[in-house]
Parts: sequence; structure tokens; C-alpha cells
Amino acid sequence: MKKAQLIAGLLLVGVVTLAAVVSLFWTPFDPIQVVPGQRLQPPGPVHWLGTDGFGIDIFSRMLVGARTTLLVGIISVGLAAVIGAPLGMLAGQAGGWIDDVVMRISDVVYALPALLLAMLLASVFGASTLTAMVSIGVASIPAFARVARAGTLQVMAADYVLAARASGTSRWGIAGRHVAPNIAPVLGVQSSVGFAMAILAEAALSYLGLATPRPNPTWGNMLRDAQDYIFVAPLQAVWPGLAIALAVLGFNLLGDGLRDYLDPRLREVA
Amino acid sequence: MQLAGRILKRLGVFVVSLVGASVLIFVITQALPGDVAQTLLGTQATPDEVAQLRAQLGLDRPLIVQYLDWFGHVLVGDFGVSHLSGDSVISLLLPRLAVTMWLVGLSMVGSLLLAVPAGMVAALKRRSWQGVLVSASAQAGMAIPVFWGGILAVMVFAVWLRWLPANGYVPLSENPASWARHLVMPVVTLSVVQAAVLIRYVRTALVEVLNEDYYRTARAIGWRPMGALLRHGLRNAAISLVTVLGLQVSSVLVGAIVVESVFNLPGLGSLLLTAVAQRDLLVVQGTVMFLVLAVLVISALVDFSYVLIDPRQRAVQEGR
Repeated sequence: MKKAQLIAGLLLVGVVTLAAVVSLFWTPFDPIQVVPGQRLQPPGPVHWLGTDGFGIDIFSRMLVGARTTLLVGIISVGLAAVIGAPLGMLAGQAGGWIDDVVMRISDVVYALPALLLAMLLASVFGASTLTAMVSIGVASIPAFARVARAGTLQVMAADYVLAARASGTSRWGIAGRHVAPNIAPVLGVQSSVGFAMAILAEAALSYLGLATPRPNPTWGNMLRDAQDYIFVAPLQAVWPGLAIALAVLGFNLLGDGLRDYLDPRLREVA
Repeated sequence: MQLAGRILKRLGVFVVSLVGASVLIFVITQALPGDVAQTLLGTQATPDEVAQLRAQLGLDRPLIVQYLDWFGHVLVGDFGVSHLSGDSVISLLLPRLAVTMWLVGLSMVGSLLLAVPAGMVAALKRRSWQGVLVSASAQAGMAIPVFWGGILAVMVFAVWLRWLPANGYVPLSENPASWARHLVMPVVTLSVVQAAVLIRYVRTALVEVLNEDYYRTARAIGWRPMGALLRHGLRNAAISLVTVLGLQVSSVLVGAIVVESVFNLPGLGSLLLTAVAQRDLLVVQGTVMFLVLAVLVISALVDFSYVLIDPRQRAVQEGR
């Protein structure tokens, strides 16, 4: 059952990745060029998922959308991990006032959700893929900091760390040799779950017009466009939503699967 | 720790978070490269116009003075003035607040009504198909973006069945029946998506209860599983649930802003999105500050209630 979760997660993530890679080299039609004569075609042998209100092939736009989704996920989760994980380790290892300061800053950032950050950034710089990546990444830092801190505290209480400290290993030595390798798995799980959150956030931002602007396709802005034709071509609003849901499900299952794989004790409670 | 001490400590966290968030919001809008006056006036403004607006907005003062001035006004309920319309942010915000508050409040209640029974089934029947079904549905629900859920609801209930209006809003005071018809889909959409997240917490909290001695005792003296869980389990699980609900406030609010956009509701979401589109920076800044303040206040209140509803916390205080 749990292994099935992991495999299903890997499969879904694999499909999204494959779509993104394929879109770099090939799409059945131009994903941006407006074709007035081909508006709102139903799914068929030529246009597998039909065409949108601008006559553009939906399947081609979906492929390119996968690329944007992965790009935003990788950059924002990367940003959050690179800043959040070391901060969490620092807080956990140093304790005292450093711990307090780091965690309070993390609370402050936590109070400002990605959507509100994105609105602030978009009203200063204009909405773009970059503002979306930065706001999602910054908003995800606290989660990484907390997970890294909790993991670090656990490691620091272990006997082998006590032994290492007694034998004179420096703080950096302990961080590099004991803490980092031991918390890497939980950070991996957090990355996978964070990726799912990032996909949802990016989709919401581009749906609201706060991320990648048209004509560049994202699953979110495709849904916004599809909503205008919901009475005449409702199927259009199904495909991008399904893609988002399956991608998010994939990363969530992967995260859960990894967690159980790494720690069988969690099976009952999680 | 004494109850008063706890509350004071929580108040301290509230103040630090509030000041920290206000600095962050201020820094993003005022101190980043690019000039606020230039942003407000657009690229075609002459340097003279920009200079004039800078002076008018007080942007020529040191940043720290600007921040203290702005935050001081925020503390007395003045969230700024729209550069485009000249209206105060609070006057733009208040008429729309009711819509968002209805949506957030009803959705939180709705998500609890869905998540608690479902979580109980998931915990009690966790080794049979019913439990697996609930957990799997929650997993699927968590993957559905709230706006897509809304679009699907419109497709089914407005386009095909024609039971409910696809979008729009009627104030409660104008026509209660119509108000309800317009709010059903947005509230249910947001409730379902939030419930999917909550079910996991309810299940985890209740599975812990199932392993407790008092639950085993209740079962041993003849309570049925569901009865024992209702009588003894929920109250204990409520404590961790309240904490989760406090953390959920901001995500429900974000969800509400998105859902408002799907259903074209005239709430704070539409105010913010219009302001962003028009680059009305001060309205965005003021409204975001207002929302963050609201979330921090609600989270703090939830935490206080957590200290107050748990008899063990009171027992500690009274030295029992």
C-alpha cells in the first residue's frame, strides 16, 4: 500500500517532467500563435484536447505549462531550502537567543502568505514568473526552517553527537558530519511536499494574473481563459485543472511515500 | 507557567510578528529599487511631477521616519490613501469586508462540519475500506486547486443543472434568500478544500486518543467505539484542532481571495486585484497590512482560547 503510494507519486511526477522536457523540443502546434479560424474546436484527432478561444492547440499549451510549473517549483523550493534549511540548523544547534531570533523572523514571514507577497511584488514590479517564484519561495522558507530545526534538535540530543562533542569535534564539524546527513531525508520529504504547495500557489497566482503573463501558457492562466467559455466549451476548463491536481497529488504521494519509506514508525500515525 | 505569564508571552509574540510583518511590507513597497512616485505616476511622468508627488507623499524624508509615520497611522486604523481615487484605504475596504468575512467564517464552520465526522470515520475505521476511502478522498481533495473546484462547481450547478447563479453577490440586507443562493457555491468550494486538509489532523488527533488509557477504560465499561470517541475523544482532540484552526486562518483567507475571483464576489480580493492591476501601490500596501493584522489578531485569540478551554492548563495555574 505505502509502496504503491511511492510508485504512484513517482509515476505522476515522471509524467509531468516528461511533458516539460518534451515541450522543450516539440509541441504538436505553436503554443502561442493565434489562429482565428480554429477557435474553440472540440477534442479530436488533430487537436487532441481541442483548441482555446484564440484557436491555439490546448495540448501544446498544456505541455509548455508543465515546463512553467516545474520551473517555478524548482526555483521556489530551491530558494526556500537554501535559505530555510541552514537557518533552521543554525537555530537548532545554537539554541538560546539565536534560536529565538530565527524562529521569530520565521513567524513574521509565515504571517505573510505567498499570495499577499505576490500582490505586493506585482504592484511594485508588475506581475511576472520571477515575482511568483520569489514570493512562493520566500513564503516557503519558514516550513524548511522549522523542519530543519526540529531535525537538528533531535540529532543534537543523540549519543553520537555527545561523543563527537566530547572528543572535541567543532560545531561546523558536527553540522557537516552529523546534522546535515541525518536531516537530509526529512528535508527531501519537505521538498516534495513543498513542491506540491508551490504548484498550487503558482497555479493560483497565474489564475489571478499575478504570475506569468499571457500569451505564455501556464495551467493557471489557461483556466482563467477557459472560464470565459464555460457555457460554450466547458471541457476546456477540465484539462489544466486535472493537470494541476495530478501534479500536486504526485508530489504529495511522493513526499508521503518517502516519509514512510524512511521512517516505518510513522506509518500508524501519519 | 502562570496563565498570565503565558498570555503575556503570547502577546509579546503578537507584537513582534506585527512589527516584523509591517517592516517587511513597508520595505517591499517603499525601499526596493524603483521609486514609489515613479511607479504611481507611470513611465510618462515628467521629473517635476515625480518630484512633486515625492514631496507630497513625504518620500523625501528618511526611510525610518517614513516607516514610523506609516506604522503609527496603521495603529490608529489609518491604512493610507489611494493615490488614484483619493479615497482612504479603510473607506474602500470596509464595504467589502462583510463579503470576505461571511465567506471566511462560513467556510471555517463548513470545513469543521465536514472534517470532524470524516476524521472520526477515518480514525475508527482506519484498517477497513471506509477509513481508506476517507483518507484517499482527503488526499485527492488536497490536490485540487480551490479555483478549479469553484469552476467545476459552476460547471455542474450553474451550467448543467442550472440550480445556482454562476457568480455575483447580493447583500444579506437586500435579499437574504438571494444572498444565500449566491454564497452557497463559494462557501462549499472553500469548505471542501479546507476540510481535506483538516481531516488529516482530526484523524491523527483521534488515533492518538484511541491509544489512551481513558478511551480503553470507557470501552471496557461498555461504551461503544463511536460513543466513547464522541464523549471523551473529541474534547481532547479539540485542543490540537483549535491550534490547527488558528494556523489555518491565513490559508482560508487566501482561499477566500481566490474564490472571490472565481465567483466575482465584491470582497477584499477584488479590491486587491484591481489595485494591483492599476498599480495603486498604497491601496495594496494598506489592504495587505490590514489582512496581516487581522490574521495575527485572530491567531492570537485562537491561542488564548486554547489556553482557556483546556482544563489541564487551568489546573496548572491553580496549582492542582
